[in-house]
Amino acid sequence: MTKTKGRKMWDYLKLVVYGLIAVLAAIAASYARDLAYGVHAILVTLIATGLFVYSLKKVGEPKVVETGYMDGPVRVGVALTAFWGAVGFLVGTFIAFQLAFPQLNFGWAEGYLNFGRLRPLHTSAVIFAFGGTALITSSFYIVQRTCGARLWGGNLAWFVFWGYQIVILLAATGYLLGATQSKEYAEPEWYTDLWLTVVWVAYLLVFLGTLMKRKEPHIYVANWFYLSFIVTIAMLHVVNNLAMPVSIFGSKSVQLFSGVQDAMTQWWYGHNAVGFFLTAGFLGMMYYFVPKQAERPVFSYKLSIIHFWALIFLYIWAGPHHLHYTALPDWAGTLGMVFSIILWMPSWGGMINGLMTLSGAWDKLRTDPIIRMMVVSIGFYGMSTFEGPMMSIRAVNALSHYTDWTIGHVHSGALGWNGMITFGALYFLTPKLWNRTGLYSLRLVSWHFWLATIGIVLYASSMWVTGILEGLMWREVDAQGFLVNSFADTVSAKFPMYVVRGLGGVLFLSGALIMCYNLVMTVLRAPAIEADAPAAAPAE
Amino acid sequence: MSKKPVEKKEVETTGHEWDGIEEFNNPLPRWWVWVFYVTIVWGIWYSIAYPAWPMIKGATAGYLGWSTRGEVAQEIQRFKDMNGALETELASADLTALERGSDLHNYAIQSGRATFATFCSQCHGAGANGITEGSGYPNLLDNDWLWGGSIEDIQTTVTHGIRSSDFEDDTRFSEMPAFGDDYLSDEEIGQVVNYVMSLSPVTKADADAGMADAGAVVFADNCSSCHAEDGTGDRSQGAPNLADAIWLYGSTKDEIIQTVSVGPKGVMPAWKGKLTDSQINAVAAYVHGLGGGE
Repeated sequence: MTKTKGRKMWDYLKLVVYGLIAVLAAIAASYARDLAYGVHAILVTLIATGLFVYSLKKVGEPKVVETGYMDGPVRVGVALTAFWGAVGFLVGTFIAFQLAFPQLNFGWAEGYLNFGRLRPLHTSAVIFAFGGTALITSSFYIVQRTCGARLWGGNLAWFVFWGYQIVILLAATGYLLGATQSKEYAEPEWYTDLWLTVVWVAYLLVFLGTLMKRKEPHIYVANWFYLSFIVTIAMLHVVNNLAMPVSIFGSKSVQLFSGVQDAMTQWWYGHNAVGFFLTAGFLGMMYYFVPKQAERPVFSYKLSIIHFWALIFLYIWAGPHHLHYTALPDWAGTLGMVFSIILWMPSWGGMINGLMTLSGAWDKLRTDPIIRMMVVSIGFYGMSTFEGPMMSIRAVNALSHYTDWTIGHVHSGALGWNGMITFGALYFLTPKLWNRTGLYSLRLVSWHFWLATIGIVLYASSMWVTGILEGLMWREVDAQGFLVNSFADTVSAKFPMYVVRGLGGVLFLSGALIMCYNLVMTVLRAPAIEADAPAAAPAE
Repeated sequence: MSKKPVEKKEVETTGHEWDGIEEFNNPLPRWWVWVFYVTIVWGIWYSIAYPAWPMIKGATAGYLGWSTRGEVAQEIQRFKDMNGALETELASADLTALERGSDLHNYAIQSGRATFATFCSQCHGAGANGITEGSGYPNLLDNDWLWGGSIEDIQTTVTHGIRSSDFEDDTRFSEMPAFGDDYLSDEEIGQVVNYVMSLSPVTKADADAGMADAGAVVFADNCSSCHAEDGTGDRSQGAPNLADAIWLYGSTKDEIIQTVSVGPKGVMPAWKGKLTDSQINAVAAYVHGLGGGE
């Protein structure tokens, strides 16, 4: 009796909160001082109103207590990861061609679809929409399986999932409408940052709560990596986004730090977005899906401990290498560089553990295109974690900085490592989550594998060529010390490689579209597992 | 077919298991550990050799005494030592007396080329050809000069600019009226355009003879004071020669109608104060030497 009463109270409370948000957002929309803020306030009003109506219909409905693993958010997450991937790659391919053919910055779309607006849309779509959704989705799946426990916090997991999607919506529309604080990978304005903070704290609670109620005596290595990713991103996000809004009815804000302090904070954040979002988080994915798909034990427990602690201790100091030869004092640059070099082996620890896990199962490379994807992914991880420390060396950086080499480096990491391991995870998860005997087509996985691999190779090699060419042309001086080339000379010299890069993007995008088709067909057409097979269930 | 070698005694697992995943108790790979140690030792040495450790006041300078600022200062000094004398000489040189093939001339051409690439190529094109025919940016390779093509004329143009916003006494200034603003009727503009077209070898064939005859009168009344009666222009006013094959703002009938109607007023910045005297002299010598110099 009291239970239903408490439940009803909770329902009413939700209605009040949704209603309040809808009304406040509507008021904010009417006072909006700029377009982006107005559109965002209207979006929030619509979402809150929708939730209000939805909850109103559900008031008093008896609650069904669900047991077993909570796979709802994981299923939606798999679909959205594939979707955001395709969007991010599409925008990326388009802006690659905008650089090769500036006419694609259409006059009629000036201020919305020009390169400057689309570039952050592309980077955020790939890192935060595709990568972030993949991380939240896979962490929800893995933490339940490796803890033998249902996600903690009931519907809180749904809040985290959809809350994060709202962040993506606000960020993406904000970029197109011009709301940006101009910090790379931290472009969204203050209210989006605040909302992400709320969502992220809820994420931490769900993750920690699930770890606390685990049925296994030890915490699996994948979960260490996920936890370090969640905790560190919270810290980085809050510090780098400290800002004062100009008005609570406008999107513009003023940064707390200025000058070189701001630059240093930004690249401490920026570098560790790579370190903890794209490296630690994805290593968590690797540590689960590679041994599962290979059906082999992880190579070395000792290595996983040592490289985990070394990696997270060292990564956090490496940011200053993004600011060599700037106003940043030399000493800070030196420390950034030294920590980056020492970081080389700890990064490679993950590669060794991933690749060596396959020893004894190398024959699967011939038969299983998913394993092949994972191996290429780990290979690109190893390559870019060698390339990174190398580029942090001041003398190398003097050549590579501000050139396309950096772009190539980032993409061999993002397309090769993050992309490929995520594709592997999606191919692993889809049949499991929809109870299918297997994927719709392994042949299509093979096609995806080759298109993606050739695409990355075209991308990375064309950017090495233009990057080094650009670096050499910029610094080329004649016998008397005069610069030989103008900036425009380097731009025109890069044109052919820009076309090659665009084609690489087309290949990578086509592969991702084939994957989307294959995943949809797996859900729709692949034969289901017989009903009497024991379903996966937490040890409750 | 070689048989798969019998696997060496497998290392034990740790005994833990999560969702079917086990972990081997393999030791750390030796090479991995050693490379890790080497990078640490190297890191310690590097941070002693170079500026690294922040102290209460400043940071350690490193025993090699290296700094980025020091490195730049050294580079600058190296070129100063090498070029200082030529640089001073060029700043006050009499350009007309610049001897071809001399060290000074050679230096001026090199410096001018680099200066041009950095500051001039945006408008005049990397090859100094005005980017495209009819772009409004003069081609500097031909022998058609608005304000004169002697090395001194070029030097004056570069120094003081043309219609530059920070103009002074020596800034070249002239204004082609916008004849579309009530000065001439559309019919008169059509006539004078046909007349002008009949003067130039590239547009002659497209000119309407009847309209051109009427246009001659319009030209004599409105244009000849600057462009001269025969249309060959006047350099003292920067009025282009209309009888040659070069059209700064395009040679089609529509483009010429547009030019007459709005009276384009292209701007060349005054580079005095932005470039050093030596750079200005260098770029004048370079442009003069491109082929069209007089």
